[in-house]
Amino acid sequence: MLHPIAKAREAAGHTVPPPRPGAEPLATPAPDDVPVLALRGAAVRVAGRTLWSGVDLRIGAGKFVAVLGPNGVGKSTMVKVLLGALPAAEGEVRVLGARPGQANHRIGYLPQRRSFDASMRIRGVDVVRLGLDGDRWGVPLWPSGARRRAARQRVEEVIELVGASAYAHRPIGNCSGGEQQRLLIAQALVRRPQLLLLDEPSDSLDLPHQSAVTALISQICHQENVTVVMVAHDVNPILPHLDQVVYLAEGGAASGTPEEVITSSTLTRLYGTPVEVLRTSDGRLAVVGQPEAPARHTDRHTSAPCAGGGHAAG
Amino acid sequence: MLPAEPVAGPVWSWNLLTDVQEMWSFPFMVNAFRAGAIVAVVSAVMGYFVVLRRQTFAAHTVSTVAFPGAAGAVLLGFSAVYGYFSLCVAAAVIIAAIGWRGGGGGSGGADESALTGTVQAFLLASGFLFIALYKGLLGGPQTILFGTFLGITTSQVNVLLGVGAVVLAALALIGRPLLFASVDPQVAAARGVPVRALSVIFLVLLGAATAEAGQITGTLLVFALMVIPAATAQTVTGRPGAGLTLAVLLALAATWLGLTTAYYWPYPLGFFVTSYSFAGYLLARSGRALHTRLGRTAAPLLNKEATA
Repeated sequence: MLHPIAKAREAAGHTVPPPRPGAEPLATPAPDDVPVLALRGAAVRVAGRTLWSGVDLRIGAGKFVAVLGPNGVGKSTMVKVLLGALPAAEGEVRVLGARPGQANHRIGYLPQRRSFDASMRIRGVDVVRLGLDGDRWGVPLWPSGARRRAARQRVEEVIELVGASAYAHRPIGNCSGGEQQRLLIAQALVRRPQLLLLDEPSDSLDLPHQSAVTALISQICHQENVTVVMVAHDVNPILPHLDQVVYLAEGGAASGTPEEVITSSTLTRLYGTPVEVLRTSDGRLAVVGQPEAPARHTDRHTSAPCAGGGHAAG
Repeated sequence: MLPAEPVAGPVWSWNLLTDVQEMWSFPFMVNAFRAGAIVAVVSAVMGYFVVLRRQTFAAHTVSTVAFPGAAGAVLLGFSAVYGYFSLCVAAAVIIAAIGWRGGGGGSGGADESALTGTVQAFLLASGFLFIALYKGLLGGPQTILFGTFLGITTSQVNVLLGVGAVVLAALALIGRPLLFASVDPQVAAARGVPVRALSVIFLVLLGAATAEAGQITGTLLVFALMVIPAATAQTVTGRPGAGLTLAVLLALAATWLGLTTAYYWPYPLGFFVTSYSFAGYLLARSGRALHTRLGRTAAPLLNKEATA
């Protein structure tokens, strides 16, 4: 089970050396590639209500994927299904080639709206370290030097990777929201996962931090060849980085490249009500007319400093 | 109200060696020091998690329940020790069961607090009734509520030691996942840590530890050893290992200093232990406040300490 995926990862690493591959994966999935995520006709039911159904999805290694859609449509629920915390009511779900929940040790998970208040007196390093071996029972009574050093080194490495070295030794409750989020991303990454599931990681952050965190995730995704599935409420700040989009709405889903999915016709079909996708002069997209008021979107447009919106959309 | 001690009590001589020798020439004092040490270590370690998990209210409830437990056991003709343990553990299990239904994987949810408070009040009242029914109880409710160091028997010390060892061993076994589940329940659950089961086990251990502490500090002053040292330690350091060690040392110091003071001064033990604990807490808080103020100009002092 591990072997073919490792092979696939390696293969993907060879075929996709530059930071961002082109955006053509869904139509022709690479034949020898075991998809990181595969959903076929999947449906989920919460308290008797079907949130979404008939979802087909295939995501390859090293892709940056966003799960978009209005509130309450079941985006976080999708993450729970992928983690195996909630069974799919119908269809087939495979995560890293296994049933959901079977491969969780190879998944880094960042839950929604998690923050530590000032009374949480535990250091950032310790929180990251818990991600490495926090699930192990017992106490390491005789500290076997090499293993311990390796663990400490890995923690330092991953903290360096997310750029949190400056404050990782402070109690995490004293860190700002953005700093905490970086440390939590480090925690999710510390075991070298093949898949990162992020539930609105930039939700509670202000705009500069939002784009910084998104850029960091995108960089990790493409540098370390980690597949990222990121639940997001607002597409505009992350759009430049995305390889693939899953749009959930009105009980169904559409997936593909951002250009394929975020179009007036697709969204109109999903919502069953006229939705318009506008393209700004610098090539960014804005969704207008969906049930969520787009006021925040236009707001973000004027101030969001996300460079390269044009090249993602065009 | 004061213990009926001989008018001319022992006198502190400032010669520490002879003072300690004299104090420890009484078997009951030696037992008190032993019991105090056991209770201090167990409470401080449990307390570290209690503070981290923000379960002080649960701990408070469990300790309150010890009062009717001890009083009821004495009324029924058993040793108070059994009353402490059985009711504390039972209360912990009930809180765990309520917490489950209240949702929230980790720390006790807010919705259960009203119910817990209600039951707590009733149990306290019951304990008072038991005391009234059993008229001959030594020292009345004070000893159960506020602690005593007189008359701790060797067999009682052995029970404390046995239970304490079991609690510490269990904590050593589940310590790391428990820390994970306390700090970060969602991710821990995704990693396969049995967050709910750990929460129940923790509460049962909490019941046992509280029953231990209650026998020394009294049920109302359990926090002197359970919460204050751990809170002090967490004020000083964010490192789990250092925090645990510091909490244990602080609890030990408070207990032994309290016992010594209570031996020479005819006032209640619980007051002294709590006061030493509290003094340590105040010191740590003011030290931290001072440090953050100074830290704006010269930062790396605590950092150095934290990384050393």
